[in-house]
Amino acid sequence: MTKQSMYFTMIWHALLRRRSRMFIALLAVAIGATVLSGLVTIYYDVPRQMGQEFRSYGANLLLLPIGDQPVLAETQMISAVRLLPPDKLIGIAPYLYDHIKVNEQPLLVAGTRFEAVKKVSPYWQIRGTWPAEDSEEIVLGAEVAERLQIEPGQLVTLAAADSDGDKKVKVAGIVKTGGSEENFVFVDLSLLQQLLHKEGMISVAQASITANETELTTWTQTIEQQVPGVAPRLVKQVTQSEHTVLGKLQALVYLVTIVVLLLTLICVATTMMAVVTERRKEIGLKKALGAENRSIILEFLGEGLALGTLGGLMGTVLGFFFAQGVSINVFGRGISFQPLIALLALFVSIGVTGLACLIPVKIATDVEPAIVLRGE
Amino acid sequence: MSLLELQDVSMIYGNVKALQEIDLTVQQGEWLALMGPSGSGKTTLMNIIGCMDKASSGSIMLDGVDFSGVTARNLTMLRRDKIGLVFQQFHLVPYLTAVENIMVAQYYHSMPDEEEALAALDRVGLKERARHLPSQLSGGEQQRVCIARALINYPMLILADEPTGNLDETNAKLVLEFFQQLHREGHTIIMVTHDPRVAELAERCVVLEHGRIINRKDQRMVCREEAIS
Repeated sequence: MTKQSMYFTMIWHALLRRRSRMFIALLAVAIGATVLSGLVTIYYDVPRQMGQEFRSYGANLLLLPIGDQPVLAETQMISAVRLLPPDKLIGIAPYLYDHIKVNEQPLLVAGTRFEAVKKVSPYWQIRGTWPAEDSEEIVLGAEVAERLQIEPGQLVTLAAADSDGDKKVKVAGIVKTGGSEENFVFVDLSLLQQLLHKEGMISVAQASITANETELTTWTQTIEQQVPGVAPRLVKQVTQSEHTVLGKLQALVYLVTIVVLLLTLICVATTMMAVVTERRKEIGLKKALGAENRSIILEFLGEGLALGTLGGLMGTVLGFFFAQGVSINVFGRGISFQPLIALLALFVSIGVTGLACLIPVKIATDVEPAIVLRGE
Repeated sequence: MSLLELQDVSMIYGNVKALQEIDLTVQQGEWLALMGPSGSGKTTLMNIIGCMDKASSGSIMLDGVDFSGVTARNLTMLRRDKIGLVFQQFHLVPYLTAVENIMVAQYYHSMPDEEEALAALDRVGLKERARHLPSQLSGGEQQRVCIARALINYPMLILADEPTGNLDETNAKLVLEFFQQLHREGHTIIMVTHDPRVAELAERCVVLEHGRIINRKDQRMVCREEAIS
């Protein structure tokens, strides 16, 4: 047997054959690693989770016509969309605003794509149903519906303000948002373009993108430079409050992570000190047999690092499930396994355990070999 | 030829004089019994001879090397290379098997050798118990493992602190037979004991009292008297 294999035999047996004692130390490391790995996962996942959460509050980027132009072409919107990362784009809803007569009453109208609205403005509450795809069904704002005494399922007559031609359409649903949308009539974009003879034209496009303020600013600059005629604007209220809330949340999680790290350090150090204290006789014996301080340090550090590795591995796995549980309960969404965070948590656990062993190891080297003869 | 020579050795802890002007010579192959009441300084003397403590004054020569002024690291090396220790309470590492306990001494000395460790166990009649933990061994068996461990690195001097103190008569007899055999083989043994029958097995007996060696004239008789009192 080589010296190395004897060293590992001693470490392994010290851990394995003193299960009850070592279980406590292992538990301390594993709990610390679990909370650490879980919190770090949450720390990095919070922006993604909260970003998606914020997307339910509506668009954070508007594409407007440049200068005093009333409209922009749909093709310009498509060119701008191509510059946005598809994996971060939740949806983009084009709107064409104008006036229209509904049952002879002049009203504000917005032509849009309802499938896109569902993605960009998930906060819309529809009484009735959303208009079926490629149909001529419409949605009325709650205020408008109340004023006209119209219920979902009824037919109404649409007519352009400056035209004699009209069209009978069905009201699929009534929208309630608590905002200005309640004063609008929403119709399919193509239908409105046709009624108003504004084919291919839109007034604005509302985009919902999972990104922070910096990323959004970069993309607006790119669109501004590369798509002439389009003026991209950030919805400041949304992007800034998102930035503030995310910053505060991350700072909180960061602080908790540091506190947990310190608590783990203290917990492991205390446990290792208890381990050293109860093994004073064994340390004295080993010294009496000729062990140098270096050997004693290596043995205790070896035990500590083995505990750190084992506890770190357990904690990394448990931490993922902890983060998953928190994410599902708080955000209602799962998280994906991050190998880099797992590695980081493992190395931090080993590092923290190693650090926590320094004082107990110093105490171990101070033990006198004479205690074995004194019978202390 | 003297293996160990102590001259004017004293040990002082604060105001307490644990050992006072000890002069003692132990010849190569000699078996010396060390007796004395509690607090007489036996353990202190054993610690100094066993390189586990440094004397306050005096000189100590072991195998021609004066180690009274050496560093703690050199004391460790001397202890590892020249001394074999047998304890009253056996002191085996609880989570290592009998053979691993012997290999620990090899590990700190040079290189662990399982075959040699098994042969040492065989010599004390415990080869069959090689894979047992100390908790699975009787007191006598544990002490025999302790003796095998003390011998594994071929020490010049065996220091035994009441090796039969925690054993029943049968096991004590067995252990003493080992010591007799070791003595016959030429090992030098210093043994602390309270038992006159054990002391009688030694060639010479030294009695300590209040940190001093007393009655040098007829120490074998003194040992007997000491045991009776």
